[in-house]
Formats: sequence, C-alpha cells, structure tokens
Amino acid sequence: MSEATSSREPSSHDPAITGSERAADEAIAAVTTAFPGVESSVFRGQRRLVVPVERSFTLLESLKEAGFDLLVDVSCVDYLEYRGAKHRFGLVYLLASTATNARLTVRVFVDEPVEGDDSCPVVRSVVPLWEGANWLEREVWDLFGIRFEGHPDLRRLVMPEEFAAHPLRKDYPLQGRGERHNFPVLTRDRS
Amino acid sequence: MSIATTEFDVATPAERSEDYLWTLNFGPQHPATHTTLRLVLKLEGERVVDAMPEMGYLHSGFEKIGEHLTFNQYVTVTDRMNYISPMANNVAWHEAVERLLGIDLTPRCKYIRVIVAELARISDHLLCNGAVGLDTGAFTFFLYAFYQREVIYDIFETLCGARFTNSYTRVGGASQDFTPLVIEKIRTFLKTFPKTLDDMERLLTRNRIFVDRTKGVGVLSKADATNRSATGPVARASGVTRDLRKDEPYLAYRDFDFKVCCASAGDCYARYLVRMAEMRESLKIVSQALENLPSGPVNVGIDQRTALPTKKQVYSTIEGTISHFELSMANRGFEVPHEESYAAIEAPNGELGFYVVGDGGENAYRARCRPPSVLHFAIFPQLIRGHTLSDVVAVLGSLNIIAAELDR
Repeated sequence: MSEATSSREPSSHDPAITGSERAADEAIAAVTTAFPGVESSVFRGQRRLVVPVERSFTLLESLKEAGFDLLVDVSCVDYLEYRGAKHRFGLVYLLASTATNARLTVRVFVDEPVEGDDSCPVVRSVVPLWEGANWLEREVWDLFGIRFEGHPDLRRLVMPEEFAAHPLRKDYPLQGRGERHNFPVLTRDRS
Repeated sequence: MSIATTEFDVATPAERSEDYLWTLNFGPQHPATHTTLRLVLKLEGERVVDAMPEMGYLHSGFEKIGEHLTFNQYVTVTDRMNYISPMANNVAWHEAVERLLGIDLTPRCKYIRVIVAELARISDHLLCNGAVGLDTGAFTFFLYAFYQREVIYDIFETLCGARFTNSYTRVGGASQDFTPLVIEKIRTFLKTFPKTLDDMERLLTRNRIFVDRTKGVGVLSKADATNRSATGPVARASGVTRDLRKDEPYLAYRDFDFKVCCASAGDCYARYLVRMAEMRESLKIVSQALENLPSGPVNVGIDQRTALPTKKQVYSTIEGTISHFELSMANRGFEVPHEESYAAIEAPNGELGFYVVGDGGENAYRARCRPPSVLHFAIFPQLIRGHTLSDVVAVLGSLNIIAAELDR
C-alpha cells in the first residue's frame, strides 16, 4: 500500500525537491484536476502549464486564490517562424508566491482570428486580478497587437500613439518600415 | 481642513475636469527626472491631483535586437539597459542563457559573479540615494556617494577594461579572471567604504530637512506592493520580505551570511533606509566571497563547448583547437534546446529576469526582459496623489526609475 502511494506521487518524497517546488507541484495538481485539458511540464526545474485561452482567466483566478499573489511578468512570443509551432502567439504569465516562493509559468496560445483579417486576437485582461498587469498588458498590445478585453486603459506603452504596426511580431523587419523617416515634422512657424 | 485627506484622495481623478486645475508637463527633458521620461501632472495650486506617467522616449527595440544577436553579443546591449549597474544586467542575461542551455558554472565563476553583482548593487544604491539627496537639497551627500561610485568604476576598469559598459560575462564564464590587482583594489574598497557610509548616514539619515521631505511621502502599502508587482527595495521598504538571493539562491548566495533588509513604512524614507542597509549587507557578501574565492578556472571546460578556450589550450591541445574553431564559426556554436525558460536575479532595482526562447539557432528566438522599473513607474501616480509638486522628485528618485531600462 505504501509503495502504491509513493509511486503515485514520487515528487513529494524526493529530497532534491525544495519546498517552493513542492508548493508549485501541489498547485499544479490542484489545477489539473479542476481544469481537465491543462497540460503541465517541467523544464530545468521550472513548472509550466499550457492553458486553453477560453479558460485562462478562471484558471489564473484560481491560481491567485491558491497563493500566487505576485504577477512577475506578462509577455508574449510570436511563433510565426518557430519550428513545430501550432499557434501564432504564446502569452506567458509568470506567477510567484511571496509566501512559499513557488514559481509557475502559465502559457496561453492564441491565434489570429481570421487569416488576412486586420482584427487582433483578444484575450481577457488579468488587471482585475493583479493591478501590476496594467502596463505589462499594454506593452504586449503595443508590441504584439494582442487586445486585452476588460483592460482599463489599453493604450500603446513604448511606441508613439500614431504608430500603426506591432514591431515585435516576427513579420516586422528589424530595420522598420521607414517610420523613422516619415515622422511628421513640426516647424517653428506651424507650432 | 486638510486638502490632502479630504478632497483629493479621489478614486476617479480622470473625471475631474475642473478648470481651476493646472496641467504641468514634467519632462521628458528635465534635470530632476534624471532620465528621459515624462509626467503630465494635474495640479491644484501646489498639490498634485493626478499624474500621468508616459514612457517610450528612449525606446530602442532592445528585445528585437536580442533576436538578431548571438547569446554572447547581446550582453553588450544589456549594459545599456540599467546603465547604473551594468554588471548586474550582464549577470542576469547570462544567468538566463545558461539556464536555457543547462550550463553549470565553475565555483570560481559563481563567486566572481556574486562579487561583481554586489559591487554593482552598491554603486546603484549609491546613485539612487545620492540622487534622492540631491533632489531634496543635500548636494554634499550626492558628492560623497558619487566619489565612491568612482572607486567602483575603477575596480571594474581594472577588471575588464571598461568603466561603464562592462560586458563582462560570457556564456559559461567571464571575459577576464580576477587579477591580484583587482582583489587588492576590492580589499581597499572594503576597508575604506564603511567609513564613507558612516559619514553619509551621519549627513542625511537624521537630517531634519531630509526626514521632513521624505517621511510619510509616497506611501506604498504591503498589499499594494505585491498586487502591483513591485520587487526589490521598493517592495522590501513596504514590508514584503522577498529577496531572490535568499528565497531562490542562485549562483553561490547559499554560501554567504547576510540579512534581507526590510522596512514597514513604505514611504520614501523607508526606501532610503533599506538601500542604505543593503549596501552594508552587500559589503558583507563581497568580503566573504573575496576571502573564500575558490581557485580553478573561471570558464567551464572545453568539453562543454560554450566558453572560448584559453590560448594555451588552443595552441597545445586538439580539443582546444577544434572547440575554438567551432565556436568562431556560424551555426557551429552552442547546442541550444528547442525550449524556453526564465531566470531572474535580484538586481539592485528589483527582480531582473529574462525569458529566453531557443529554437536551436545561435540567437535567442525571443529575449524578453522583465525590467523592474516599468512596474515601479506604473505605481507612481498612486504614490504622488495628494502630495505637493516638490515631492514629485523625491518619490521619483526613491523609485529609482532608469529610463533606458524602462523603455529598452
């Protein structure tokens, strides 16, 4: 009987696993039972979850209630040229707990709604959960063109307001598209 | 009736369109912002009703460049992020790359990186506290701080030839080993700096003007600090006990005896005190690391094929020749996994992390930098509401916003 228990959860008895990692494992176990279809993986000791976009908000909400009170980062990866990628964008939420020091990476894959359409992918904003997401989501919108539904103030963060493209997308060239040379010039007599 | 407590702690300042309110544009070029950032302040007389921070004036596309430079080349760009403590950025970047590549550093390299990162922390805190002093009228204090930064620059120059943009670390090691002269200079600094630190504390910590200007100004509560993703000294001054050096000891921090410095007030004065105390703890770490510096090589071995072999190895061993040849050739360098990972260090400003995505090539597919300044700058409007215009510089200085890191 004891053998069966230990084989089912080998991680909790492994001395190499630290307390924070155990806390992360427990959170993952709770989340994967509550949300079927959520995949978890470990790379170099980092615990990661892949979550369908429809349920990302409720899952992040339950993770926040489970103790992940610090939103470390919200960022995005454009998988346009990535070998073996099935989706265009991957949002990355890095969570941490100030009590247990556990860390968890939550990845959400999103696609452009229609090929060739100008519309942007839409994801529900996590600003109601963590106020710190405000500027991080603005940056993702600015540089990747992913809209956050329910964001209080979704303006561009680093690029100028009149900028049209989303420069960290992989189809945007490193040299730009000539925006630097076509800025409107404000002369002294017109100012 | 106090204006601050009754009328202007309004939750919805955006709705206030009273025409007696003044709008003041502060920056992007202003001596007291220290860097290129902009604040649009809404004033009622001298009192700040609301502030709208704006950034992007120094945006240089560092993350985009990171997708086009190799893992070793990009370290030169990280120098330009938080240019007050470039060594810490170097360490953070290669920490993330080595996590992705799965490289385990040599003990000597770990200690050396700890020493340079802690020296960078001292130099960053000196500038930050010095600037807070300068902005609140204590010019002498600023000069004391800046003189000691000069000494640290001198150490870095002896170590790697560059004072400001060090680009010191390499994947799997560092560009230079510690020479006896470097160790001697650090020893001298360890002996002389505590005296200056005492002088600085005597100058400012109980200075009536300074305490009046900073105590109770820009208060950030503990719950807000966590909810708004504040890290580093800003969070620790609000009572959050998170310090990555203790909580998830990277490099060799497990070996050293030091304290995590915290305060509970959460105001500008508490942030000043936390930084002052952290400098003393950093000194303790540096002296412990220097006395117990392990011998042996700095870079990982030739068999790992990540760091360039020494000239002696290149000319006298076949492994060294092959390794040097392959590392210099395009697409024959490191083995990069088709994976992604995140690693962070406790930089002087807070948690500085890089999310690196590898696609097997010699560049990162994505090099996301998690800058602490962005999240701290986002807190600014909340901290300044209800305070006076002259408090803007005190709060801004105590958050230590570095625009180059902010905009990247």
